[in-house]
Amino acid sequence: MTVEVSLRERARRGLDLDAGLTCRVLEAFIREELEKFGIQRAVIALSGGIDSAVSCALAARAFGPERVLAVLMPYRTSNPASRADAETLVDQLGIPSRVIEISAAVDGLLGELDEDPSPLRRGNIMARARMIALYDQSEAFGGLVVGTSNKTELLLGYGTQFGDMASAVNPIGDLYKAQVRALAEALEIPRAIREKAPSADLWVGQSDEDELGFDYETADQALYLLIDEMYAAEDLIADGFEAGLVHDLQRRVVRSQFKRRLPLIAKLSNRTIDRDFRYPRDWGR
Amino acid sequence: MHDFRLALAQIRPALGDLDRNLALHLDYIERAAADGADVVVFPEQSLTGYFLSDLVPDVALPRDDARLDPLREASRKLDVIFGFVEETTDHRFLPAAGYLHDGEFVHVHHKVYLVTYGLFDEARDLAGGGAVRAFDSRFGRKSMLICEDLWHPTTASIAAADGADVIYGLSSSPGRGVAGGSNELGSAETWRAMNRLYATLHVCYVVHCNRVGFEDGVNFWGGSEVVGPDGEVLVRAPDFDEALVFATLTDAPLRRQRTRLPLRRDENVTLNGLEFARIAAQRHRLDDG
Repeated sequence: MTVEVSLRERARRGLDLDAGLTCRVLEAFIREELEKFGIQRAVIALSGGIDSAVSCALAARAFGPERVLAVLMPYRTSNPASRADAETLVDQLGIPSRVIEISAAVDGLLGELDEDPSPLRRGNIMARARMIALYDQSEAFGGLVVGTSNKTELLLGYGTQFGDMASAVNPIGDLYKAQVRALAEALEIPRAIREKAPSADLWVGQSDEDELGFDYETADQALYLLIDEMYAAEDLIADGFEAGLVHDLQRRVVRSQFKRRLPLIAKLSNRTIDRDFRYPRDWGR
Repeated sequence: MHDFRLALAQIRPALGDLDRNLALHLDYIERAAADGADVVVFPEQSLTGYFLSDLVPDVALPRDDARLDPLREASRKLDVIFGFVEETTDHRFLPAAGYLHDGEFVHVHHKVYLVTYGLFDEARDLAGGGAVRAFDSRFGRKSMLICEDLWHPTTASIAAADGADVIYGLSSSPGRGVAGGSNELGSAETWRAMNRLYATLHVCYVVHCNRVGFEDGVNFWGGSEVVGPDGEVLVRAPDFDEALVFATLTDAPLRRQRTRLPLRRDENVTLNGLEFARIAAQRHRLDDG
């Protein structure tokens, strides 16, 4: 007799999250890893989406609301609903916030270009403009930047290097999108934020799932099986996952590996940084 | 076994900072002594922190190093079990558990099974030990094992066969596995099952002392515990928080349980030895081609 569980069911179980336990670990993570640097304040780019809402809520729990600065950085084409949702969360958490419009900076840069850049280039410029404003607020507020990239995005490379991917510490980088959703519910993030379609909001009407060409639920399950459980692509396909999708996911993970690593250093000496010169980041902390 | 009162020091060591960690040890030792403890146990690499990489040569020290004098001195009040990285005279660095009493090392165990997979990279920086022993302390026969050693059930078998009434497991166990349903980390669940299994099947006490805190984003989950010979948890420290908890380990449960369940008496050490020797010889011949 065999009690066989489909891989999809296995993924569902694996992605099921003990939210209370996870919150406890992540709050302590933010608190302890920042305190090692003598810092008890956090700065977070709050977009109105679920990922940054969760990072904000965790940081507010870690340090108390008054020590967390939410930075709202709309562009002129940003969906006004995003800002409204972000402000709802700011009120709910009781955290200080600051609005920094990036339109002038982005348009100034775009105006210097002769050509009309693609939506991707425009999106990257916006993400990097936000990074500049955010890191400036980090210095001004005396807090470190807490990241907002989840594991699904990081694995797919669905983010801008040195833009929204930039942070000092990232509490949600080991959580798939579905797990972030579960955490958001436990953290009592407003329903409007939890239930809207995920969007990078880099152009009008953008939707993550339309742009990626698949839904997060399937991507989470497939990535969980491939990465966490180390199943082969063929195993997933035999279980009913669509072959084209599985291969597309694998390609995206491989193609975006560079985004998850430091820039390559040409090795010359016997002790090259990060190759043979290996110290923990918490060195001396 | 002589009855004794044990303190488990579930500390948060600072990575690569011997001075700070030494002060932390002395503080916990003081508190343990004030509460009447006869023995205090600290986690794996309690004096150095865990994910050291290239910091290993900076924090490794020979067992006669003067920097250990305060611990030696403290061990005149109560026995001290602690974790460090020992440098040998030929400059190998070995993860070590030291048992100090009355200013002297009674025993030092070197971690036999270095972990070099997944998030671990110990064999890059450290050398492994080559022995698992029980040893005599003033409270009877004990054994010390370090973290990954206990993921190889044979180490606990050797310790028990060698007569250990208490197996001390010193750990820096990273917390991972947050799936719903169990209300505990996956790594905690596995450790608790192992501790209980070893205590029950080897009919001895298992003391698991695990650290807390974070290193480079990795959490250590604590949850240090003492499991009695019938598999019952005598004391358990909280998960994630620093703690000093106490348990009194007595001989009576060992006698009672070994009478009810004489597994230890019946263990066929000769058979184990002969069969393992045969298998080792066969593997050796295979390795020789």
